Amino acid sequence: MFDFLQDYDLLGAFWTTVQLTVLSAVGSLIWGTMLAAMRVGPVPLMRGFGTAYVNIVRNIPLTVIILFTSLGLNQTLNITMGAKDFETINFRLAVLGLILYTAAFVCEALRSGINTVPVGQAEAARAIGLSFSQVLRLVVLPQAFRSSVVPLANVLIALTKNTTVAAAIGVAEAALVMKEMIENEAQLLLIAGVIAFGFVVLTLPTGLILGWVGKKVAVKR
Amino acid sequence: MTEVSVAKEEVAATGELVVLKNVNKHFGALHVLQDIDLTITRGEVVVVIGPSGSGKSTLCRTINRLETIDSGSITIDGNPLPAEGRQLAKLRADVGMVFQSFNLFAHKTVLENVTLGQVKVRKVDARQAEEKARALLDRVGVGAQADKYPAQLSGGQQQRVAIARALAMGPKVMLFDEPTSALDPEMINEVLEVMQQLARDGMTMIVVTHEMGFARSAANRVVFMADGRIVEEAAPEQFFSNPRSDRAKDFLSKILHH
Repeated sequence: MFDFLQDYDLLGAFWTTVQLTVLSAVGSLIWGTMLAAMRVGPVPLMRGFGTAYVNIVRNIPLTVIILFTSLGLNQTLNITMGAKDFETINFRLAVLGLILYTAAFVCEALRSGINTVPVGQAEAARAIGLSFSQVLRLVVLPQAFRSSVVPLANVLIALTKNTTVAAAIGVAEAALVMKEMIENEAQLLLIAGVIAFGFVVLTLPTGLILGWVGKKVAVKR
Repeated sequence: MTEVSVAKEEVAATGELVVLKNVNKHFGALHVLQDIDLTITRGEVVVVIGPSGSGKSTLCRTINRLETIDSGSITIDGNPLPAEGRQLAKLRADVGMVFQSFNLFAHKTVLENVTLGQVKVRKVDARQAEEKARALLDRVGVGAQADKYPAQLSGGQQQRVAIARALAMGPKVMLFDEPTSALDPEMINEVLEVMQQLARDGMTMIVVTHEMGFARSAANRVVFMADGRIVEEAAPEQFFSNPRSDRAKDFLSKILHH
């Protein structure tokens, strides 16, 4: 029944999915943290930028962003992301698009975490002479991250599934292989089931493990 | 009266440490600080009392610029309060602050709370910082709790840790913003005793409080505030036994006779 699967590099495709997810997760965590820092910071210009960025980017469909990276950045502006072959260029563009998009959600998850840190602690930190960035790095963000583990896990799960949009610019991840299989085989339900199972295998442990971590690192008040 | 002038002359010889001149501040339409002039000399313990909403906490918070002011000037040890940035951070390190709600860093142990500022602001090396922190924690009587987290301590213990955290920076002046107001009654004394000891050791202190006993026994001067103004300044014996202003008489009659 599963014989036809041997004709496709399903594991390779899911490996690409994992790579897209991990690279985008790391990138969006960094960029999202910077956005959150801007949004709570004292500089009006940066606050304005952070707010505008989040509100614009999270309201654009991911497909549009991913297509823009290919049609806009690559084909119009000739940005190649330091790669030569199309496969690598498109993979990197997809990662870029996923980072730009997911960072908006990371920022908001983190900001909700920042709001759980009592204002008084930030005041106490300023009162002993810590600078704004030290207050953020040493006192506010460590506690904010701990209380945003669960919302960040949701963002990570959404990101994992969002990587399928990379198929739109030809990145050979799970969804693209699924499309190929659907075109060539007469096993629609089976194909859908296999792909769905693959994603559940990736995302279910993510949710369970991070849920546990979230409880483990929670700050007692 | 003679006692007051003697006390003032003594401290005047050692210099003015905190000087507020003509300070004004508004919260929207509310004029919370009105033409505040206040000079605190080195080694002096000034207790600020007054009804709630009188601006005493705001006054305390302007001194390390946790609240900005609209006009007037504040100088600390001769230097005007910087507006922002590194200079301000540097000045804050010299001004210790103790809050009503303790505000210990919840994700750090008691010991880390007391070493953080030393290491990150004063650039003291970790071992020295720990030594000093342990000594200070012993001094305020919570040395045995050094490796616990703030949430595991009682309110009185947390507030004493907060005092140690401020002292670890080697401040020139300590601000106390209602340090015992959030405490259960049985824990108030353990905090006041630490503050008494600090006063005896010669620390310059500005204390906003409702603890009249502390004001009587530890203060060099009582500043009475109402409606954003300093209404009366006097030595504690004189203020409590013979207040000059009607506002102060009214306030004292409400808190002392029941």
